[in-house]
Amino acid sequence: MKTVYVDNAATTAMSDRAIEAMTPYLKNVYGNPSSLHTVGQVAKEALDDARARIAKCLNCDPKEIYFTSGGSEADNQAIRSAALNGAAKGKKHIISTAFEHHAVLHTLKKLEKEGFEVTYLDVHENGIVTAEEVAAAIRENTALVTVMYANNEVGTIQPIAEIGGLCRARGVVFHTDAVQAVGHIPVDVKADNIDMLSISAHKFHGAKGVGALYVRRGIPLRTFIEGGAQERGRRAGTENIGGIVSMAAALEEACENMAANSAKLIKLRDELIKGLLKIPHSRLNGDGRARLPGNVNMCFEGTEGESLLLHLDERGICASSGSACTTASLEPSHVLLALGLPHEIAHGSLRLSLSENNTEEEIEYLLSEIPKAVEKVRAVSSLWDDLKSGKRKHLID
Amino acid sequence: MALYSEKVMDHFSNPRNVGVIENADGVGEVGNAKCGDIMKIYLKIENGIIADVKFKTFGCGSAIASSSMATELIKGKPLSQALELTNKAVAEALDGLPAHKLHCSVLAEEAIRSAIKDYYDKNGIAYDKAQFPDPADEDEHHFEED
Repeated sequence: MKTVYVDNAATTAMSDRAIEAMTPYLKNVYGNPSSLHTVGQVAKEALDDARARIAKCLNCDPKEIYFTSGGSEADNQAIRSAALNGAAKGKKHIISTAFEHHAVLHTLKKLEKEGFEVTYLDVHENGIVTAEEVAAAIRENTALVTVMYANNEVGTIQPIAEIGGLCRARGVVFHTDAVQAVGHIPVDVKADNIDMLSISAHKFHGAKGVGALYVRRGIPLRTFIEGGAQERGRRAGTENIGGIVSMAAALEEACENMAANSAKLIKLRDELIKGLLKIPHSRLNGDGRARLPGNVNMCFEGTEGESLLLHLDERGICASSGSACTTASLEPSHVLLALGLPHEIAHGSLRLSLSENNTEEEIEYLLSEIPKAVEKVRAVSSLWDDLKSGKRKHLID
Repeated sequence: MALYSEKVMDHFSNPRNVGVIENADGVGEVGNAKCGDIMKIYLKIENGIIADVKFKTFGCGSAIASSSMATELIKGKPLSQALELTNKAVAEALDGLPAHKLHCSVLAEEAIRSAIKDYYDKNGIAYDKAQFPDPADEDEHHFEED
């Protein structure tokens, strides 16, 4: 059976270019960049080179890039750092949105327990916060605004340049979790007025376990991992050279091909959405236009997401769902709830996240198999019986 | 998916006794849409024996497999025996369920009890109320009431 992998928001396959770029640093160039000898210094050169190339892609200075173990660490360090800097000046208010990634939300929840106050802005039914709402929430004591660039579940793109501009004008530090955006849509930290930005290599065909935090010069970054002078003293630990090199190669490749990839993906995405909306009582979650090129997120009324995923897996289709049953909790996705979806609808969600490696034939296969899987789940569903008989009212037309 | 045993996947992919019994002698429904599980069991009773049983379930893979297995375990059995079915027996018959999915087998046990109680109520058959505690989904489901 063939495999159709459409879970690229979870992780991507590494590109050949990224694998080839990193291989010498796994095999031959094994040195520690902190070592004085030649073997170490060759590794140091690779590290410097990767930093410069990543900085170029984001339009910043290499000294503004700090390597981390991934997006979650970058988010944690950025937010905690800004919170501590704010607290030192008596500023203990943070602004964010209700549908951030848990790397952000859980950090904020902890800060609330530590005495910070957090405003979680509404993201509306379309999954987009407005710059005006951010502006209205800013107070004298606001230490940080943190708003994701694009949402990981519904793919909606936030008005980052506008939010960045107003934060800069008001003198408030602005962080964005750009894990789903970088490498997929144009991101320019200068044009977007971003102070801090988190990225993760494996979301754009680089290796897992490596990411970076951009911090604009002049914004003090706190250290949370002590033990060495790496990353100019801001993050100790021997660098993951192979991973970092793969990230540089993957990001360059993604940026070089962005226009072509994006055009291809938007076409496939819209074809998939149009086809899936033909399934009775289905809906697209999140704005149809301000959306990542590869993101499709649908709800099928009367279905439960995990059952749907199992039926799709039997057909070789790898997707994901915001259903409670796909997590260890009993709550469906906080993202779908933030969009105002009732629980019973949110349980029946399906996310298909495409990459440029997906083909037209695969889209056709998805469009032939997903309706059958939905049909299978509904055929067993007591909720679907109640909707059909009119005992329960349809919430999706 | 390695999350589930082969038995669970078999009962999920080819569920036994799916359907509705028109004019059923007893119907039990447990769970709720908010939590993402609704299990509905229909019974046909003849001379104190479960002559037929059908189910419909809105829920995850283990909820469907638990419903399917539970119906298999009580089909053709006397009511007294069906009442003895425990969630543990359902989970064991499925070669185990992941810890966070055990509540699905609890729902199956409760759905069957609820259907039998409905049959007793409809027919004015006396029973020991202690045998039918309220479905304990609040213990398993930490949700807010509507």
